[in-house]
Amino acid sequence: MSTSNAIQASGLGHLSDATRKRLQRKARFDVWFERTLFAFAFAVLLLLGAIIASLMVSSWPAIQRYGLDFFTENRWAANVEVFGALPAIYGTLLTSFIAIVIAVPISFGIAIFLTEQCPGFLRQPLSTLIELLAGIPSIIYGMWGMEVLAPLLRTWFPTVFPAGTGLTTAGIILAVMIIPFITAVSRDVINTVPAVMRESAYGLGCTTWEVTRSVILPSVKTGLVGGVVLGLGRALGETMAVTFVIGNNLFLNTTLTGQGTSIAALIANQFSESDGSQRSALLALGLILFLITFAVLAFARYLLRNSTGRHA
Amino acid sequence: MNISQTPRYRRRKRLSQLVMVLCQVATLIGFAFLFAILFTLVTKGLGAISPSTFVERTRMTGGGLGNAIWGTFIMTCAATVIGTVIGVAAGTWLAEYSGKGMMAKVIRFINDILLSAPSIIIGLFIYAMVVVPMGNFSGWAGVLALTVIIVPVVIRSTEDMLRLIPNSLREAAAALGAHRYWIIIRVCYSGARAGILTGILLGFARISGETAPLLFTSLNSNQWNFFDLGSEMANLPMTIYQNMTINAFIPDLVALAWGGALILTAAILILNIAARYFSRQRS
Repeated sequence: MSTSNAIQASGLGHLSDATRKRLQRKARFDVWFERTLFAFAFAVLLLLGAIIASLMVSSWPAIQRYGLDFFTENRWAANVEVFGALPAIYGTLLTSFIAIVIAVPISFGIAIFLTEQCPGFLRQPLSTLIELLAGIPSIIYGMWGMEVLAPLLRTWFPTVFPAGTGLTTAGIILAVMIIPFITAVSRDVINTVPAVMRESAYGLGCTTWEVTRSVILPSVKTGLVGGVVLGLGRALGETMAVTFVIGNNLFLNTTLTGQGTSIAALIANQFSESDGSQRSALLALGLILFLITFAVLAFARYLLRNSTGRHA
Repeated sequence: MNISQTPRYRRRKRLSQLVMVLCQVATLIGFAFLFAILFTLVTKGLGAISPSTFVERTRMTGGGLGNAIWGTFIMTCAATVIGTVIGVAAGTWLAEYSGKGMMAKVIRFINDILLSAPSIIIGLFIYAMVVVPMGNFSGWAGVLALTVIIVPVVIRSTEDMLRLIPNSLREAAAALGAHRYWIIIRVCYSGARAGILTGILLGFARISGETAPLLFTSLNSNQWNFFDLGSEMANLPMTIYQNMTINAFIPDLVALAWGGALILTAAILILNIAARYFSRQRS
């Protein structure tokens, strides 16, 4: 669709010199316009490269000093300069796992309710509400977890949650936070099922659940899993919602409800007061987190490649 | 015989009803959590807000959130302006020039990753790239961290919105002799303007609540800092965070943090609603 080239190629000799010059100038501008836009788009690639490179360079001293011990050492003790990523990695993976286990059934339930049974007049308001709630800043969830959820857990289950805070508390908060995301993606992919498929199943005498289980869910399986993995990506890297309630225990505690820490929480708590090998070790943790979330998000995008999901 | 009377059909129907009730329960649980959060915000936050909250600076006793609100506003605005330029340009290339090339696929994929990348990593990145070389925490570092977060949002919405413009419009403009840049500026942008602005507004709302990327970039301050982006800049999320953690022994500051949380959430929800209203107006 290169109009300028077309004009030049057609050799419009009857044009005056001034007009031809003007057209040539515009054609040159056209080329530069595209190049400038491309430079900005290419900057996105450079940005990713710069993030990985800068994290690698600044965490290099720690990687060199601790090597693979970094992954096996089970405590993070700044006073003796022993830095093990295990407690933080364990906390990150466990809290995200708990969050997914809680959030997935609730989100799918809400999505099925919204698409299959919700009365028409409620559908739009409830959908909008879900999307609005996805916009609430994560620090608010963290504050609520610390001020409301943790004390509640402590009074209701004093034997399980002696302090109220801990890995499971963080997992619950993460679940509440990612429910809107998973719900919104699930609702969108379920809505891509053509009405004809639904109607033919009903026409055969299927009940609502049979239609959902045998027709709708199988046809959007990958999209649903993609939404869940996207939520997982969110949960893994979440900082503020977790920092308040995870307990900040820097020693590996392989229980479900005990206090622990996560990569993001550890960085948030220690980074500004750290220097030397501690700072470098924290940056190495950041690199690990980035690589984990990169892998998870890439998988989510691969699964969602055919869906329309526009969710961050 | 009527099929709806058979035991098998009744069993199927009961199962269906049971699952649907479970879905309703899930919906109730989900919304209960979210209403509980909003309820806590309002009950704890309203009492802490007074007119002086908006004009006084943060102090160890009393004080307000004026400087933090201003700092968040100025950093968010600056990041949005820079992010809009970069994001609209890159999104336009993806939508208008990229075709089906490999390069476009890679950029789009990377952009989708950056869209959900952990914001604390962005903070670490800007710390290593800006704060260390400059030698001090600064408002600019905060602005850049927020820019990195908003750019993918703007790229995504720009590309999506430009793709909604029918090709026949571009062809019509080309047939009239318009150059390609002119087609993009006059035809595509004017058609996609509302959608792109909605995306920018949503991005603005998102970065105004980000805390993690500011932890090691702009840091925080209890002084008024109007336009000096070269030094540390107060901001609302960091003030809330510090008041809830290291200053948590001072009840006044905790109360103020809830007030700030309510202001922040209300502002973000209003921006989101405005963006939605805005995009619906057009369509």
